[in-house]
Amino acid sequence: MKSRRLPAWWLAGVLAAALSMPAAPAPVFEDSIAQRVQACTGCHGPQGRAAPDGYYPRIAGKPPIYLYNQLLNFRDGRRRYGLMAGLLIPLNDAYLHEIASHFASLEVAYPPPQATKEGPAVIEQGRLLVTQGDPTRRIPACVQCHGDTMMGVAPSIPGLLGLPRDYLNAQLGAWKTGIRRAQAPDCMRQVANALTPQDIGAVSAWLAAQPASGKPAAALARPLPIDCGGVTHAAGGPAR
Amino acid sequence: MSWRRIAALLLAALFVGAGVVVALNLRDETQGADSPSADAITTRTPVDLIARGEYLTRAGDCIGCHTVQGGVPYAGGRGIETPFGTVYAPNLTPDPETGLGRWTANDFWRALHNGRSRDGRLLYPVFPYPNYTRVVRADSDAMYAYLRSLPPVAQPNPPHGLGFPFNLQASLAVWRALYFKPGAYRPDSARPRDWNRGAYLVEGLGHCNACHSSRNALGAPAGPLDLAGGLIPVQNWYAPSLTAADESSVVDWDVRDVVALLKTGVSPRGTVMGPMSEVVLNSTQYLSDGDLAAMTTFLKALPVTGSARTAPPPAPAARSESQARGAALYDKHCVGCHGPQGEGIAGAYPALAGSRAVTMASSANLVHVVLQGGFPPTTAGNPRPFGMPPFATVLADVDVADLLTFIRGTWGNRGAPVTALEVSRYRSDVRP
Repeated sequence: MKSRRLPAWWLAGVLAAALSMPAAPAPVFEDSIAQRVQACTGCHGPQGRAAPDGYYPRIAGKPPIYLYNQLLNFRDGRRRYGLMAGLLIPLNDAYLHEIASHFASLEVAYPPPQATKEGPAVIEQGRLLVTQGDPTRRIPACVQCHGDTMMGVAPSIPGLLGLPRDYLNAQLGAWKTGIRRAQAPDCMRQVANALTPQDIGAVSAWLAAQPASGKPAAALARPLPIDCGGVTHAAGGPAR
Repeated sequence: MSWRRIAALLLAALFVGAGVVVALNLRDETQGADSPSADAITTRTPVDLIARGEYLTRAGDCIGCHTVQGGVPYAGGRGIETPFGTVYAPNLTPDPETGLGRWTANDFWRALHNGRSRDGRLLYPVFPYPNYTRVVRADSDAMYAYLRSLPPVAQPNPPHGLGFPFNLQASLAVWRALYFKPGAYRPDSARPRDWNRGAYLVEGLGHCNACHSSRNALGAPAGPLDLAGGLIPVQNWYAPSLTAADESSVVDWDVRDVVALLKTGVSPRGTVMGPMSEVVLNSTQYLSDGDLAAMTTFLKALPVTGSARTAPPPAPAARSESQARGAALYDKHCVGCHGPQGEGIAGAYPALAGSRAVTMASSANLVHVVLQGGFPPTTAGNPRPFGMPPFATVLADVDVADLLTFIRGTWGNRGAPVTALEVSRYRSDVRP
């Protein structure tokens, strides 16, 4: 038969061609916590670095106990977002603590803030409320708790910069209407109740327009002006 | 016949009918001595009564309904949504005003066995007493002892949100006359003790058929032995058939894999998601290997039924365009974890090729998983589960339909295509 006369190099050539054909790429897999929490980064961006042009907040580099408290709040119904609750209900405290610590440990550069569309008067109103508060209405300045650089205070007070304006508006509004809650006493509820819708719009607009950089402060510079359950009463670690 | 006579006859019939309903509702209200055969199916380990009660309460997944999200365990308040309205699971802690504080062991037994409350009210069968009626008295007493040992929590029970006529005890009495009969587990002496123990757990405390069987228009499940699968009302997850070879029959599974699935939430043959994730989280992970093996023995001995599939796979031409769009979406969103051949990664990401969960007739669970994502439960055996991201905010209905049509028709899978209409229907279950 003719095929018998094919030289040996023919077979070698065919084999080599078969072996060198680009195989379909195998998924990149490493058994890591980052790999296990891809359910989070689908919305919050790679490494939890969500940019301020969307709705989902950045979670990378936020204080660990703040993130842990929020995971507990979503799982236990103090914050309401169906997709978050659905993901978290099957998970126990220890794993939520590990997830929170993972995202808290990530140091990822912040993108520049979005340009604001508000006029200078609104921006100035926002700046004053954030930096000085309004003593006549018993509204503390944001910086009193969230740090002079507004990047938060470890381990449980979140930063306010690098977040989308829509997200900030929604959170302050949700606190005002009681949809978002925190461990009692719920200090942010008191603050949000004292703010008018105009105040909230101004504060969110100013905060969203500030460049963000750096890490949360290591400790509070001075005592909190009001009692906050999420800071003083929350468990420092998993209980369940 | 005069009108007067007809009216009298109708009235008499009504009285007789009501009498029959009342009589049927009061069947078997003895104070529950154990059936002589109880020893054949119960186990006295652990020895301590309260510890045994805790174990059995776990086996019944009582905590799953009797705890509101983030609330004190067993203090009640969770609203169970049904097609007839919302029924609130009551407080089971021993608080005298709002819980079981004034209940006796006999009251508790009557609730489990006869579906009646301490004050004599008929209980809604959302509380699965059609299953719990098979629980033996000794187990009921142990559960009672455990619940009595909990710290009392004063938490009033919200009134049920049921409209007419479902809010009436008379309607419930008729339902019970039709569909409920107090019973007991009757051991099958031809079967080994292991099988009987498994059957007792699956049909009784486990109340597996509450989800894994279909219900009629009045919400009655097909029967405690029916495990042929069903769409869970309101949640609209499909609890697959435990008998169908192309759904979740475990007849060809290694016993160890079934035990692993119920103990840890993951196994080489499959992973739990959705409502079953909560069952493993709250209940089956706490069961002993012996009891899980017994349940497996029973499940493996179920008669294997054929395909539940109704729609034949359509002609390839009709789905080619949808398949092509689905393939592109798969490459963009799914390939990183589930692999270019749908092979997944053992121990982390489920394989989609050759998976019954992918190809079974109902697309409900696939749509829910793609839209909502999810984690298997954290368990001692799988403390750090891998998760799937939700795509509800990323993919439109037609995208999900094309993607699933591709997955169900590739790598040798032969599942029916998914339509955007199906996706739209299940999307309404995803609540922001």
